[in-house]
Amino acid sequence: MKKLLNEPLQAASELVDGLVDYYNGSVEQVSPGAIALTEISDDKVALLVGGGTGHEPIYHGLIGEGMADGAACGDIFAAPPPNVILDATKAVNRGNGVLYLYGNYAGDVMNFKIAAQLAAVEGIRVETVLIWDDVASAPPTEKDKRRGIAGLIPIVKLAGAAADRAENLDELVALVTNARDNTRSVGVAMAPGSIPATGKPTFQLDEDSIGVGMGIHGEQGVGVEKMTSADELAIKMIDLVLADDLPIGAGDEVLVFVNSLGSTTMMECLIVLKKVKALLLKKGISIYDILLGPLVTCQEMAGISLSLTKLNDTLKPLWDAPCSSLGYTKLGK
Amino acid sequence: MSNLTLTPTNVKEMLLKVADVIIESEEKLSQADRDLGDGDHGLGMQRGFTAAKAQLEVLEPKTVSEVFTTTGMTLMASMGGASGAVMGMLFQSGGTALGANDSLDADGLCTFLKGACDGVTNLGGAKPGDKTMVDALVSARNKAEGNDCKSISEACQAAASGANEGMEATKAMIATMGRAKTLGEKSIGYPDPGALSVSIIFKTMSDYAS
Repeated sequence: MKKLLNEPLQAASELVDGLVDYYNGSVEQVSPGAIALTEISDDKVALLVGGGTGHEPIYHGLIGEGMADGAACGDIFAAPPPNVILDATKAVNRGNGVLYLYGNYAGDVMNFKIAAQLAAVEGIRVETVLIWDDVASAPPTEKDKRRGIAGLIPIVKLAGAAADRAENLDELVALVTNARDNTRSVGVAMAPGSIPATGKPTFQLDEDSIGVGMGIHGEQGVGVEKMTSADELAIKMIDLVLADDLPIGAGDEVLVFVNSLGSTTMMECLIVLKKVKALLLKKGISIYDILLGPLVTCQEMAGISLSLTKLNDTLKPLWDAPCSSLGYTKLGK
Repeated sequence: MSNLTLTPTNVKEMLLKVADVIIESEEKLSQADRDLGDGDHGLGMQRGFTAAKAQLEVLEPKTVSEVFTTTGMTLMASMGGASGAVMGMLFQSGGTALGANDSLDADGLCTFLKGACDGVTNLGGAKPGDKTMVDALVSARNKAEGNDCKSISEACQAAASGANEGMEATKAMIATMGRAKTLGEKSIGYPDPGALSVSIIFKTMSDYAS
């Protein structure tokens, strides 16, 4: 795999430097790996995201107006350490508390947990909402064992709008929990990505096989099946998401997100979207807005994921608010 | 010839040796992680122990505790990931449990292992049988405590043998924690990479102490 790198082991720190450069003055690196908006209003409850790098534009590319206030960045595919999370926490806190919003992975949970304890010692109130939208990673009765995947994009966007409106940290937790609990995703892997430092693939998959339910870090799938057509895959993904415990049916309005895991092309995403839209309309489910493209990636991994967020009267105005970031920008309703 | 106790400087030398061996084991640990996870464990451990080595080299320790806690804090800060948190916590809470002792004897190693087990299980929630580094760590603790060791070299030897048995036992287990859990029965046959690291750490400590 040809990759534009300098020193491969420095890929994470160099990409964070590049990210700060991209924001061109509106974002600063407060310590290595900890980034924050330069302007955060004094009355704001802060929203902090974070996770391993190598999955750009998430999570650190989701900071901006109407999005997250800061991010803690780990090494490639690895959770950020507690001291980086603490530095980011201090940088975004305006005295009104900080919400940690991140994907449910063992490494992230442990490091954010230690950081929250360190923040408490410094008198900063922290609450946490874990993202666990992947329906294929555990049964609905064990949501705390589910992984966070592409559903994090609509969830972080809704959380960013909520953070601009929430009076206090408890209200923000309630709004973000609402967004999280109304989002479901499923992913399908077609070929592995590789670790930048070693060039080695993160997993093996036969040429004619797909991994249904495979995670964004290349964790092996729950079920390996024969390669299929875009339409067949769209049917399979819609069935998996709608079979979960969140009732989505006729009369409901949803956000649809067709995500590429890296090298899967916009062409393929659009072909899948066409079938997804037809299937949803046939069931009487209306589409409020659509997101599409490589936003939650694992290097050059090939694959796709489908996320649905069921909107309600609380979430709809949050979705309508404008936002801007590297990963997702919305001009308005 | 067996050592009864280790001075803080001995413990520093021992952990520098551990750092060298872990750094050399990068490929072995990364391959173990590719079998079960995303293959980054060896690189994380290499990064962590390279940083720990730099901190230890300039440390002039008065207590054995500070050698371990310096290692723990440095691993946690430099590695990140699940392994940074648990490996850091192993040394951090094990070292904290030792208090102000200026030497490490057999009882001291047992105190270290109890502190390490408590710290790691409280943080991550893994229990023996979950196919994690906890299997190697708890097995090291049980063997060291159960052997009525007279010297630090005997205690380290017992811990190393326990850690190795715990690591070997993970091969037959089904992963229930972390990224490997989605593999289910496909995880059988491979050792947990964290358990493999723990077994290398205690094997190297035992080699040094004897």
